[in-house]
Amino acid sequence: MKHEVFEKNSILLLVCALLVVSIGGIVEIAPLFWVESTIEKVSGMRPYTPLEQAGRNVYIREGCYTCHSQMIRTLRDEVERYGHYSLAAESMYDHPFQWGSKRTGPDLARVGGKYSDQWHVEHMNDPRSVVPESIMPGYSWLAKNKVDAEAMPGHLETLRMVGVPYSDDMIKSAAADLVAQATPGSKGAKGLLDRYRTFVTDPAKPDPKADAKVRIANFDGNEAEVTELDALIAYLQMLGTLVDFTKFDAAGPNLR
Amino acid sequence: MTDTAAERSAFVDSLAVLTAAGCAVAGLLLAFWAEDPVFAFHGVVFAIGAAIASAFVMYRGFGSGGPHIAGETYFDSPIRFATIAALFWGIAGFLVGDIIAWQLAFPALNLDLPWTSFGRLRPLHTSAVIFAFGGNVLLATSFYVVQRTCHASLAGRWSPWFVVWGYNVFIAIAGTGYLLGITEGKEYAEPEWYADLWLTIVWVVYLLVFLGTLMKRKEPHIYVANWFYLSFIVTVAMLHIVNNLSVPVSLLGAKSYGVFSGVQDAMTQWWYGHNAVGFFLTAAFLGIMYYFVPKRVERPVYSYRLSIVHFWTLIFLYIWAGPHHLHYTALPEWVQTLGMTFSVILWMPSWGGMINGLMTLSGAWDKLRTDPVVRLLVVAVAFYGMSTFEGPLMSIKAVNSLSHYTDWTIGHVHSGALGWVAMISFGAIYCLVPWLWKRKALYSIRLVEWHFWISTIGILLYITAMWVSGILQGLMWRAYDQLGFLTYSFVETVEAMHPFYIIRAVGGGLFVVGGLIMAYNIWRTVRGDEPVDAADQPRVAAAPELRLANA
Repeated sequence: MKHEVFEKNSILLLVCALLVVSIGGIVEIAPLFWVESTIEKVSGMRPYTPLEQAGRNVYIREGCYTCHSQMIRTLRDEVERYGHYSLAAESMYDHPFQWGSKRTGPDLARVGGKYSDQWHVEHMNDPRSVVPESIMPGYSWLAKNKVDAEAMPGHLETLRMVGVPYSDDMIKSAAADLVAQATPGSKGAKGLLDRYRTFVTDPAKPDPKADAKVRIANFDGNEAEVTELDALIAYLQMLGTLVDFTKFDAAGPNLR
Repeated sequence: MTDTAAERSAFVDSLAVLTAAGCAVAGLLLAFWAEDPVFAFHGVVFAIGAAIASAFVMYRGFGSGGPHIAGETYFDSPIRFATIAALFWGIAGFLVGDIIAWQLAFPALNLDLPWTSFGRLRPLHTSAVIFAFGGNVLLATSFYVVQRTCHASLAGRWSPWFVVWGYNVFIAIAGTGYLLGITEGKEYAEPEWYADLWLTIVWVVYLLVFLGTLMKRKEPHIYVANWFYLSFIVTVAMLHIVNNLSVPVSLLGAKSYGVFSGVQDAMTQWWYGHNAVGFFLTAAFLGIMYYFVPKRVERPVYSYRLSIVHFWTLIFLYIWAGPHHLHYTALPEWVQTLGMTFSVILWMPSWGGMINGLMTLSGAWDKLRTDPVVRLLVVAVAFYGMSTFEGPLMSIKAVNSLSHYTDWTIGHVHSGALGWVAMISFGAIYCLVPWLWKRKALYSIRLVEWHFWISTIGILLYITAMWVSGILQGLMWRAYDQLGFLTYSFVETVEAMHPFYIIRAVGGGLFVVGGLIMAYNIWRTVRGDEPVDAADQPRVAAAPELRLANA
């Protein structure tokens, strides 16, 4: 066939070009939605609580992903520096993913629990007060911004539409759960823990004593209100802490 | 003009005014009902854009002759606008890039304010240079090239203006959004759902105008540059729509959540991201190469056969390369291997295209010495060759384990973006401006010479600094002492970057200075000032209609 055919017919050129550029994406992306081994079977993963999701939205808004990755690669030095390599399961509820592409600052996939809440408060307010060589900007305004708790049911509802398994109860209680997580000793705490415990225990035989893996704390040290700093620290402090690696068998059914 | 034609254009003009006015009202209503202040602000921005469009149609339409300027063979007014917009956004984008480069060297420059911190300015920089600068260059050149190579005026009465103006309204909404914290959090796809929807409308009209012009052509064959432009337009539409599928929390608010999550979202994003490079920054700019290099050196394209092979292999292979951004991650290994394999194969068509561009100078190599505009175009193609060798190299998993997450990637991107995309854009703009404004030459070819050298030195400082800092940091991260412990804490590797960040910022500063020199030169040319060195400029520097007079 002579190439002239394409040069004389703009529609044919358009259609053939579109076909040619479609192939790669179809082969590489489509199977990820149905090949079961793509996302490992793990125990402990749960969707974000409303406070954590609000913190994640702050993380995205401030462009933290432009300097921090959340993806520990399967390389010796990374596993020793940051912890177990990241699993696909660990970001299965992440809309959008925040794996990042640049480490101007360290990886944050397992930053949860590495530092105290107080350290995070000081670090966000003035990074060089705790790490003198740091080149991170300060985020002092986060402690002054109140979180809009009333907006959270809408956010959880939307996340459910794109596949995150929130229950009706979780959506309905999202605003109260947000406040409860940042208010230790409040009456809402039990409801919050009961709701999110359902993901970590077998729904057939619920175990009310199991660890719900939801941390309740006054993250920013300010008891008067729930701020964006509360939300961001709640998010950072749970990153990478959910999956129970004692039950994870990399060589077994999870072999990639 | 017959009565029916006049009536028809009056009807089209009325429709255009009503649509624009409708958009303005819609923007104001959205602003009024908005649930968050940024959405309200964007409603107002959109309304202002639409109101200006409406006033423009009223002023230029109806009895005033329409958008097409009387006496011009081709429909060039939107092209002139896009050229100036490209200059404006280019300098703004380079400047923001240099500011954030200095922020990395001296973090106090973040000022600890939300709208001046690195995390918000960085998407502003990338979008301003890729989509605002690059996008306007592509709108201008594609509309210019398709008309000349088809011997046909642009299709549509107001549509070409709609594309150019609508696109720049999108830029204004996206850019102000970043500063105010509106982002989807996916690199190079940060604009939120409503900006994405608007861009989709603009882009479909762009495709229709381009395709319509091809269909009106009086030439039997579609010229090779147009194959590249067409594949760029249609592929970017596909990438943009799929990667930005999302559900807004409220139709009256800015925030949305993407439909994909985790590993699928990562793969979709880098399928998009790498082909934003492959089609926006490569295929389309190859269209520029295939028109402007032969035109400026007055030689035919080196090989017709090579351009056919180049075109089909490039567009087929590029789309597979995305997974090389996700080596050793939680993406299944089979996809990583596919991505690496195709990235390495991609080296071949890339160099085929480079050879086709460079060899077009056969018999005219002396122009490299005498015409700095040719030098910009050719050095761009040389940088294209270099970065399309470096890319496949970095996509090899063993190399990527060192380079990924470091400044080496940033250096690689900039050897492509500054060396290839910006340099070929500068060359094309220096060609276009006298041609579009009907001048007999550029105001000063010596200023082009200055621009060329200052930019080139800036690029070299930039990419060498990033090679050293990237490889250094990659090696420090994986260094072990004799007892088997990691040698460096993370922050020690950050400290080691400091001198290179300064060198990089100086290089970027030189690039900004080059851009300012260009803006001055273009301003004097457009204003119609007598060229200071017309005798040193080649015959083709003049607008086509003035060339005989020059000879």
